[in-house]
Amino acid sequence: MRRQILPALAVFLFFTVLVGAVYPLAVTSVARIAFPSKSQGSLVREGGVVVGSRLLGQAFSAPRYFQPRPSAAGTGYDGAASAASNLGPTNPVLLKSVRERVASYRRFNGLSASTKVPVDAITASGSGLDSEISPANARLQAPRVARARGLALAQVLTLVRENTHGRSLGFLGEPGVNVLELNLALDKGK
Amino acid sequence: MSSSGWLQLGVLVGLIALSAPLVGAYLARVFGGGTAPGDRVFGPIERLCYRAAGIDEQGEQTWRVYAGSLLIFSAVSVAAVYLLMRLQGSLPFNPSHAVSAGPALAFNTAVSFVTNTNWQNYAGETGASHLTQMAGLAVQNFLSAAVGIAVAVALIRGLTRRKSDTIGNFWVDLVRTTVRVLIPIAFVLAIVLASQGVVQNLHGFTHAHTVAGATQSIPGGQVASQEAIKELGTNGGGFYNANSAHPFENPTALTNLLEIWALLVIPFSLAFAFGRLVGNRRQGWTIFAAMFLLWIGSVGVATHYELAGNPRIQAIGVVGSNMEGKEVRFGAPASALFAASTTDTSTGAVNSSHDSFTPLAGGVVVANMLLGEVSPGGTGSGLYGMLVFAILTVFLAGLMVGRTPEYLGKKVQALEMKLIVLYLLVVPLVILGLAGASVVLSGPRSALLNHGSHGLTEMVYAFTSAANNNGSAFGGIGANTNWFNATLAIAMLAGRFLLMILVLALAGALARKQTVPESSGTFPTATPLFAVLLVAVIVVVVLLTYAPVLALGPILEHLSL
Repeated sequence: MRRQILPALAVFLFFTVLVGAVYPLAVTSVARIAFPSKSQGSLVREGGVVVGSRLLGQAFSAPRYFQPRPSAAGTGYDGAASAASNLGPTNPVLLKSVRERVASYRRFNGLSASTKVPVDAITASGSGLDSEISPANARLQAPRVARARGLALAQVLTLVRENTHGRSLGFLGEPGVNVLELNLALDKGK
Repeated sequence: MSSSGWLQLGVLVGLIALSAPLVGAYLARVFGGGTAPGDRVFGPIERLCYRAAGIDEQGEQTWRVYAGSLLIFSAVSVAAVYLLMRLQGSLPFNPSHAVSAGPALAFNTAVSFVTNTNWQNYAGETGASHLTQMAGLAVQNFLSAAVGIAVAVALIRGLTRRKSDTIGNFWVDLVRTTVRVLIPIAFVLAIVLASQGVVQNLHGFTHAHTVAGATQSIPGGQVASQEAIKELGTNGGGFYNANSAHPFENPTALTNLLEIWALLVIPFSLAFAFGRLVGNRRQGWTIFAAMFLLWIGSVGVATHYELAGNPRIQAIGVVGSNMEGKEVRFGAPASALFAASTTDTSTGAVNSSHDSFTPLAGGVVVANMLLGEVSPGGTGSGLYGMLVFAILTVFLAGLMVGRTPEYLGKKVQALEMKLIVLYLLVVPLVILGLAGASVVLSGPRSALLNHGSHGLTEMVYAFTSAANNNGSAFGGIGANTNWFNATLAIAMLAGRFLLMILVLALAGALARKQTVPESSGTFPTATPLFAVLLVAVIVVVVLLTYAPVLALGPILEHLSL
């Protein structure tokens, strides 16, 4: 057995250099040159200041902004603490907060008590950093945003459409609306 | 399911059907002895390693020496990751200021990554330094996958060699797998992922001033390079806490599909490599068919229940599928597809919260792991697990007709069956023993986030995931305690190395045998009938062991919906 320790150490060190340093640094170099923005986190800048990443959701609460999904990352959209709620489907804590979110979603958006609420609006995402909401959720929020900004509903709905992406390659995953980009587009339109 | 959902599944099946036979053919060349594609590129790198380590490339090992090399190499790996975790706070390249881990967490993490499990009792953003991730965890993502493949190749040699005392050379198998298979595919995949938005940089947090006037810490790291081997090597340890649900690890539905493909491709390919190496491709197709049937079945059930949604939430006035713990860009079908695939392989990466799945979809992902990770299983471990089941199947078939069973010309006798029965008993004993103790003891029980039948599933999931080296979690469990760090590490070690020793012993026993010629009494093992029988044996033998706990967990919860 003692004769095995030397090869074990040598092979281990060889690969620590090869796949622990050469490989990741080679990928880093290629990515930095080929995808300069994406490799750094798809950062969004306004007037030279980083305001977020187009891939990461962030908290909005004012009526004039579209609202993201509930978030279980830290106190909400904490980029240093991505997390899901991990509440089971029959957990009373989950069902209670869903009831509260449904009621407050209808109240905030001036919807009737019989309006069916899109499921993404009242559930927390897997990462707590979901940048998107469903198109149905965005359409239900649009009248409120239009009122708060004094805009025509059609104008807001046009912006929603422009910031909706379809399924990847037309058939992968689900369509979604990027909340940060939509809200920035609204602010620019003013 | 919508037409786009079917198309998504169809394209994935097509990608597997195209790539797995090709990769399998390549693997057969890599391990077949003789020349292989790319010798001129890879040869010098390998010889450099052999020279530095004093390894005789032609040297052959008995199964005992092979197992000894494997265990010593793994012990060195555990020690290295342990030290990195313990000291990371004082080591360089730590821009996000991760603090050093305590001994229990460091040990658990080291065992977890060396056993290809990747159970994580820390959050990646703040619990592991960039140095630990790059030079510790990602290195094990390569090496633990290669170790698994080496054992599978050794078992194939056991089946093909006659009257041989040796089953290959561990060092050569390890080096060739890493250099010729894992590094090239991972490099290409990492670049493709980076092109879609997976981050790859050397910094810590970027502080953003959000539109609403708050601040947000945007994490950095070498994610694309780690993400690629995390999936390809069926490892599953996320760079960030949210794993493949995190937009920086899995930004689009396209990267999602590529990651699912990456975690399936090598386990499925090994079935084809097996067929070629034993000189009968139909044997490989049969193993592939059994793996595929189990995989597609679990995908179907999980997708159905996730799409149907949670009736309790729908009763509140909500419309849609089950989206708690899921990302909008994936939706229910792409999340269920990922969940089934990551638990059918021993990957354990997650793109959604399994804990929040509907009861039967959650039950399916637990059952996938309970099957012993053979559908198609981990890199290497999936194939050797499946071959153990195949030998068990010919044994059971032999009992029914009263003949000495044989597999690929090797008579299956008392020694082989003893090893196989031990193989089948280790994991259930570990899971049921440790999960049972943890729900009885009040301290460990308080780690559960959910209660009632879901809480039981949460606990059983943890030990199932650890003992089968999967690494995914019903994430509600707060397992960073001394009890769980220790017991989960024991489960991971037993599920990895006890089984590997048994498989290598089996390989040694088979290699020593003469092959017997096929006769009219030989039970054919390259037929559709055998594939179906194999699936039936796996389901009956394994699920019966766990029927009581599945009834009290997911099934009871489903009935209470």
